[in-house]
Amino acid sequence: MIWYWRVFCGITQREFLRFIQQRSRFLSALVRPLLWLIVFAAGFRAVLGVSIMPPYGTYITYQVYIAPGLVAMILLFNAMQSALSMVYDREMGSMKLLLTSPAPRSFLLISKLVATALVALPQVYGFLLIALWVEVDPPLIGYLAVLPACLLVALMLGAIGLLISSFIKQLENFAGVMNFVIFPMFFLSSALYPLWKMQEAGPLLYTICAYNPFTYGVELIRFSLYGELSLSNLVIVTGLTLVFTLLATLSFDPQRGQKPKR
Amino acid sequence: MFKRTALSLIFSTGLALSQFATADIAYISNEKDNSLSLIDLNTLELKETIKVGQRPRGIIFSKDYSKLYICASDDDTVQVLDVKTNQIIANLPSGEDPEQFALAPDDRHLFIANEDDALVTIVDTQTKLVVAQIDVGVEPEGMAVSPNGKIAVNTSETTSMLHWIDTQTNELYDNTLVDQRPRHVEFNKSGNLLWASSEIGGSVVVIDTESREIKHKLKFEIRGIHPDRIQPVGVKLTQDGRYAFVALGPANHVAVVDAKTFEVIKYLMVGRRVWHMGFSTDESKLVTTNGISGDVSIIDVNKLKVVKTIRVGRYPWGVAVLPAAYKP
Repeated sequence: MIWYWRVFCGITQREFLRFIQQRSRFLSALVRPLLWLIVFAAGFRAVLGVSIMPPYGTYITYQVYIAPGLVAMILLFNAMQSALSMVYDREMGSMKLLLTSPAPRSFLLISKLVATALVALPQVYGFLLIALWVEVDPPLIGYLAVLPACLLVALMLGAIGLLISSFIKQLENFAGVMNFVIFPMFFLSSALYPLWKMQEAGPLLYTICAYNPFTYGVELIRFSLYGELSLSNLVIVTGLTLVFTLLATLSFDPQRGQKPKR
Repeated sequence: MFKRTALSLIFSTGLALSQFATADIAYISNEKDNSLSLIDLNTLELKETIKVGQRPRGIIFSKDYSKLYICASDDDTVQVLDVKTNQIIANLPSGEDPEQFALAPDDRHLFIANEDDALVTIVDTQTKLVVAQIDVGVEPEGMAVSPNGKIAVNTSETTSMLHWIDTQTNELYDNTLVDQRPRHVEFNKSGNLLWASSEIGGSVVVIDTESREIKHKLKFEIRGIHPDRIQPVGVKLTQDGRYAFVALGPANHVAVVDAKTFEVIKYLMVGRRVWHMGFSTDESKLVTTNGISGDVSIIDVNKLKVVKTIRVGRYPWGVAVLPAAYKP
């Protein structure tokens, strides 16, 4: 058991070291959502003050509305970046080295997912701290409750990233996939607009948003940030995390990308 | 036997405690629903809805909180609600279309603005008779009586004036020109200053009561909201002289003003078209009526934060708060 713990600590340490060494990664992880919050949302500040929706007890500014979506955006970018590094590791052979460990492959992959999720947390809290400046000030209990929610959503997104990376042969192909995954996932969710607004835009858009796993992640974070447990979102995100983790571990192939091309 | 006695003791103590554990109740007049919504200010939940006369707007409690006076504008009367039974027990002659009114410190005389008749009607609530009618400007609206009861001030929307009435002689003795469409007036605790809001002018002036000269003029500016939509209506001042709250109508915000420096500290987002406001007894909460969105917002006065918005009837207009101690 201690041996397993050591393996997990080793993988986590490596993820954190990599994160610390890439200072620009932390900076861009903060700047990206802050640009959305301070520049984009400022223009729409008063737009959303027309309807009350749970978990909010009163009218809110657009900045308050999109903050949980931007937290989820941090988790999404972090997960995709980790998936990218997985492809890189596979190409460079360091993944092979990791897999020489006697620990089961599934344990190694899940440890990597958890480590990736942990790396996202300082980024989330850094963002929430700066967001206070534009009056995104959830209750104190929310800062605590959002932690497990973020971990779970980060695991789900990490598993999706890992699954995608299993189908990528080369690092060069990944950039395209990022565009086809990150942007649709983010825009076609409740991160920027509530689902009832999407319903106004059209039933197709609404249906896509309603089937987007990211939507449930955003909503889970939104409710927990305001100290409320959204059971339906929790069940869906947990279920999706299990399914994607299972699929990702089953489809992982360390040889991919290194096979000779025909 | 002992067990039964102990149980009944616990039960009766619990019952007694629950009776003491009462809360302030905010009475909200719903202009288009002909009703009052009663909100528990502890739980912040709608408790009850009472049917009253047509188009209720201004509402005010008698000093002992046994009666609630209601301007039933479309019934051309001021109704008297028995707070214990929630029944209308009398109709006072008010002149046509009463909108806002003020109760004199003598707890007896109501000063009523008659919007359609360009009149201020003074009614004796005991004899139920009109004491006097005073000609004022066109479309009188806001009404206030000074804390010492010597001065009554009325605003006339179209004339853009404040009319000063001597309550001893019931005669108009001065007028003050303010910005377009003055809607509401409010004396500070000592009565030496009068705050008056101008809806179209988008300003609030603070006037020295003695000289009737404008001392300060406040303007409002909210990021992302066109200046035309900033239309001040209701004004409320804290008793400690710390804050003034100004309801900014279709700007959907309440401005928090430092009542000493006259600087705007903050803007708080509330529902659509915020009209009037009322404090809880300890002034820790401020209730705002949001006309178009049909709800009321509750502001935490200490944190200067909107904590909840509660749906009430259609077009909520006036607020009056019944203290917990007077709960029937």
